[in-house]
Amino acid sequence: MSHLKPRILKPDQEEVAPQTEPVKTYRVRGIPYFQVLNNVGQPVVEPPDWAQRKNPLVALYKVMLKTRLFDQKSVALQRRGQLGTYASSLGQEAIGAAIGCSMQTDDVLFPAYREYAAQFSRGVSMTEILLYWGGNEQGMNFQHQDKDFPICVPIASHIPHAAGTAYAMKYRGQRRVAVCVFGDGATSKGDFYEALNAAGSMELPLVFVINNNQWAISFSRKHQSKALTLAHKSVAAGIPGEQVDGNDVIALRQRIGLALENARDGRGPTLIEALTYRLCDHTTADNADRYRDSEEVKNQWVNDPLVRLRKHMQILGLWSDQEEKDLNSRYLAEVEQSTRAYLQTPPQPVSSMFDYLYERLPDALNEQRNAAMDQGHQNG
Amino acid sequence: MSNEMQRWIKVTKMAKTTLVDAINLALAYEMAADPDVVLLGEDIGVNGGVFRATDGLQKTFGSQRVIDTPLSETLIAGMAIGMAAERLKPVAEIQFMGFIYSVIDQIINHATRLRNRTRGRLSCPMVLRAPFGSGIHAPEHHSESTEALFAHIPGLRVVIPSSPGRGYGLLLAAIRDPDPVIFLEPKRIYRLHKQDIEDNGQALPLDTCFLLREGQDVTLVSWGAMIHETIIAAEQLAAMGMQSEVIDVATLKPLDMQTILDSVAKTGRCVIIHEAARTCGIGAEIAAQLAEQGLMSLFAPVERVTGFDTVMPLFQLEKEYMPNVDRIVAAAKRTLEN
Repeated sequence: MSHLKPRILKPDQEEVAPQTEPVKTYRVRGIPYFQVLNNVGQPVVEPPDWAQRKNPLVALYKVMLKTRLFDQKSVALQRRGQLGTYASSLGQEAIGAAIGCSMQTDDVLFPAYREYAAQFSRGVSMTEILLYWGGNEQGMNFQHQDKDFPICVPIASHIPHAAGTAYAMKYRGQRRVAVCVFGDGATSKGDFYEALNAAGSMELPLVFVINNNQWAISFSRKHQSKALTLAHKSVAAGIPGEQVDGNDVIALRQRIGLALENARDGRGPTLIEALTYRLCDHTTADNADRYRDSEEVKNQWVNDPLVRLRKHMQILGLWSDQEEKDLNSRYLAEVEQSTRAYLQTPPQPVSSMFDYLYERLPDALNEQRNAAMDQGHQNG
Repeated sequence: MSNEMQRWIKVTKMAKTTLVDAINLALAYEMAADPDVVLLGEDIGVNGGVFRATDGLQKTFGSQRVIDTPLSETLIAGMAIGMAAERLKPVAEIQFMGFIYSVIDQIINHATRLRNRTRGRLSCPMVLRAPFGSGIHAPEHHSESTEALFAHIPGLRVVIPSSPGRGYGLLLAAIRDPDPVIFLEPKRIYRLHKQDIEDNGQALPLDTCFLLREGQDVTLVSWGAMIHETIIAAEQLAAMGMQSEVIDVATLKPLDMQTILDSVAKTGRCVIIHEAARTCGIGAEIAAQLAEQGLMSLFAPVERVTGFDTVMPLFQLEKEYMPNVDRIVAAAKRTLEN
């Protein structure tokens, strides 16, 4: 079933320790690091051809901007009491955008809860994400995406699912790939190791992407693991692992795209550690000032992935102020429209608690269903 | 379909089959009939499972369908969920119930919720098999009966066969069921009885109790390996002139309470027998529902004959832990004193 060819990674250019603002592609103890743009949008290595053309760049920028504006609105809705607890993806939009733009329609995405950019690229609507955090299961019944898994809250528990789906794809001889995204904290969990190990031993068409935003709620990356990089965790599983600048959507798109291609062509899984920073609180229920220095956060804004791509496009003369303004207006209007649709969506009927529990409700539950319905009617 | 697979289907009459062989037959039948059925677990392939439940299946159906996994229970359950969402029908094996507890996360947080949280967009037709229970002098952690943990989980089916015939028919039903099923196999009776089984692919109904013996004096309710002691107790009671009705619950969740209520309406007495610890066991649920819906039928308090609320002892004391025929007979007689 598999036709394995050895993976050839790009040769490293020099062996140096990680820097806070790396300007070159290098290796950390055998783990390659990839970056194309510096934080003012200038290439530090020869950019791929596609990254000098307008359409692919704008496609990435669009979904990042849409996600940024959606995020601002969602936090505002939560503050006004119109949304439940919400997990922001501020500063991490490039990862989702690169994933979404790298995947093919019939691949399957297994998101954690900061991958809105990937979900939007794959047909999930803003209204659906709002419904999810707004407490309505319809937010997981994606109308235009029938295969992707919904958001996964229990950390790392979705990673084995991706292995199962990847196995099913391989079993059926399909050229499809499962992509699983999770945070730095997730790499400390057994579920992650079990799935990573199995993906290696079963040669599964599976791409693992770590959104390393440096913080697992209050626990920093430094404390999470003594491992020099989280990508090193691939070594024990015998699969390729690499670090990518998680604020550099071009490097991300390039490396994630290649990992997908390898998986699709039967060359097995890859672990990609995307290095970014959580510019937001963990969720709207969190106050990050309790455990991290606001100076640190302020300093990280220079790496804003949207600014970096926008500057790159401007340097190439592919993006005007007018286009920026127009796109902002367009997405602000879309966000408003989605918000209205969310706020106007009625709650699920009381009966729905029972009606999707099994394909056919067992007789033993009929009485409880009736009782819930009666109570629902009494409560108006 | 390969000739070898067709031969599996053609073999329709298997004389004198044990429970573990019946499990094997059901798996083979359904794998031959449905290419979406895959098996996964530890040592289930080349080795045929530590109890030989999957013996020969990898040879017949290949290592892509009878998958020896790394030693990772969470992975096994999690992979089954990912496979099921892709419309495969995974039958996953956890080698012993003592190793199933890390899997509860996958069951509660994912397998049983997937249909509900996606409003039916995705579903999880998977079976998780595990041998369980005491009585074979197994090492520590190999003898517990913790089925009640699973019966508490919404969206799940918990099924326990008590004979080769029900093992065959209920496992087929479990594999064909569109929702997740925990299928617990009482290992003490894997090779205790032999029955003639028609290997005809005929499933038995889930969500229903089986009436094994009719009687008008007392209702004995049990499941799994304890059915064996319960039937001996019923015979001893019959020799003393007391006729017992014996009910094999078989599907513990959802619970077919009606069959039990109908029986108790006739007998007025009920003894519930299970190997599992007493507190919050399934016996407690059955007794509670009898109190709610069948109190007026009862001539005597409901009796429970169960394992103790203790840690399962190592095997030198396992017989002291397990309910036995004498305890069942004594409990039945107590109900008949009223």
